[in-house]
Amino acid sequence: MNEPLELSDREPLRGYQLHVVQEVMLALLAQSGAHAYELRARLALALGPLAEALNEGRVYVTLGRLEKSGLIRSERVDRVDRRDRRVYELTESGRERVLAWFEDVSWPKPAPAEFHLKLVAAAAAGLADPVRIVDRQRHELLAGLREAQRAALAEPTGAVAGLLLEGVLLRLQADLRWLEACARFWSTGRDRP
Amino acid sequence: MSAPAMTRAPVVSARGLLKDYGNGAARVRAVRGVDLDVAAGESVAIIGPSGCGKSTLLYLLGGLERPTAGSLRLADRRLERLPEAQLARLRRHALGFVFQSFHLVDELTAAENVELPMLLAGASRHQVRKRAGELLRSVGLADRAGHLPSALSGGQRQRVAIARALANAPAVVLADEPTGNLDGEATTEVLRLFEQLRADGQTLVLVTHDERVAATADRLLTMRDGVLVDETRLTGGTARSLGAITGLDE
Repeated sequence: MNEPLELSDREPLRGYQLHVVQEVMLALLAQSGAHAYELRARLALALGPLAEALNEGRVYVTLGRLEKSGLIRSERVDRVDRRDRRVYELTESGRERVLAWFEDVSWPKPAPAEFHLKLVAAAAAGLADPVRIVDRQRHELLAGLREAQRAALAEPTGAVAGLLLEGVLLRLQADLRWLEACARFWSTGRDRP
Repeated sequence: MSAPAMTRAPVVSARGLLKDYGNGAARVRAVRGVDLDVAAGESVAIIGPSGCGKSTLLYLLGGLERPTAGSLRLADRRLERLPEAQLARLRRHALGFVFQSFHLVDELTAAENVELPMLLAGASRHQVRKRAGELLRSVGLADRAGHLPSALSGGQRQRVAIARALANAPAVVLADEPTGNLDGEATTEVLRLFEQLRADGQTLVLVTHDERVAATADRLLTMRDGVLVDETRLTGGTARSLGAITGLDE
């Protein structure tokens, strides 16, 4: 996984989600420039009820940080109807970061939100096929499941380490079932959020 | 979806397999064009949600159903043109089946269930008795040989069924949701056996919706809506360290 841009900003929950949002924001800018409120609306749509954790101020802070890192640049446009006049667009190094993120198959530990947003962003940006991302992730988890299962089967019945492996197996199984649902959703050619 | 660098002729080779049920407007296409090669000694799992056509595909591969179109070679015989009597003979000699609901003969003991396919194939009583004993021992049920299925647990019944599937040293064992009716511990027993069969080089085709069953195979195919849509090898390459999988390594 790519390092978050600013580790110091990782406060509980919010901080994690902020990190999630960075690459997603870059991906959402891949096709065309956008205002901050447009990005926020797209994220809110993809996150549904979870969008509550997405504080409006955070979006601006993140954009500022991404700009400082040279991953995006912004330009003021004349608009009288809004105080939000900045249009953000991706730089070449921002684009490279997005592509690297789509290729990354490490599995986020706490929640499926990052992966979910990766698929949403891939479809929105048109840079990667969400179904291909799902399949590559499945291959990775299946190889892990096999590894964990062989270890579990080698444990004698009743061994305490078997319990940990059982937990790993159940978790991987649940993840794989969810990935199957992701594959079904994205292979039916849905409209992107 | 053929395996790379396959040197010997595959044991199972399907091309453009298609299976329709019903006619006209009521026609349902359960399998819509499947190509599949299974090499000798290879263990292949086909995974997919219920209704994706995977059981139908297994029945086609095992000659239990006839394809609407396509060609199928099994143990060097072309199945689609084989008359029914010869097909039944081929099934008996070259194939072993394991079903979700065991399909044991309730009136026969565990040993007699294992002996039955050998007797049907014309083996002598003496040979049959000896081999049935060995097979039951290999599935850990030597002490249950004289029990009727009703006196066995689900996991034990399935292990008898696996011993029976191996009775005639089949070219391929075909298994349809072999753990579908089993609880956690019985599932583990059956997974151990499939892991053992794979290690022994038994050619295996498993269909399942259970990722744990699928993970015993060397190669995994994903089926959706009657077609194979994805393939991955589970051996070598991408397997990560157990520490990373369990969350012990960062």
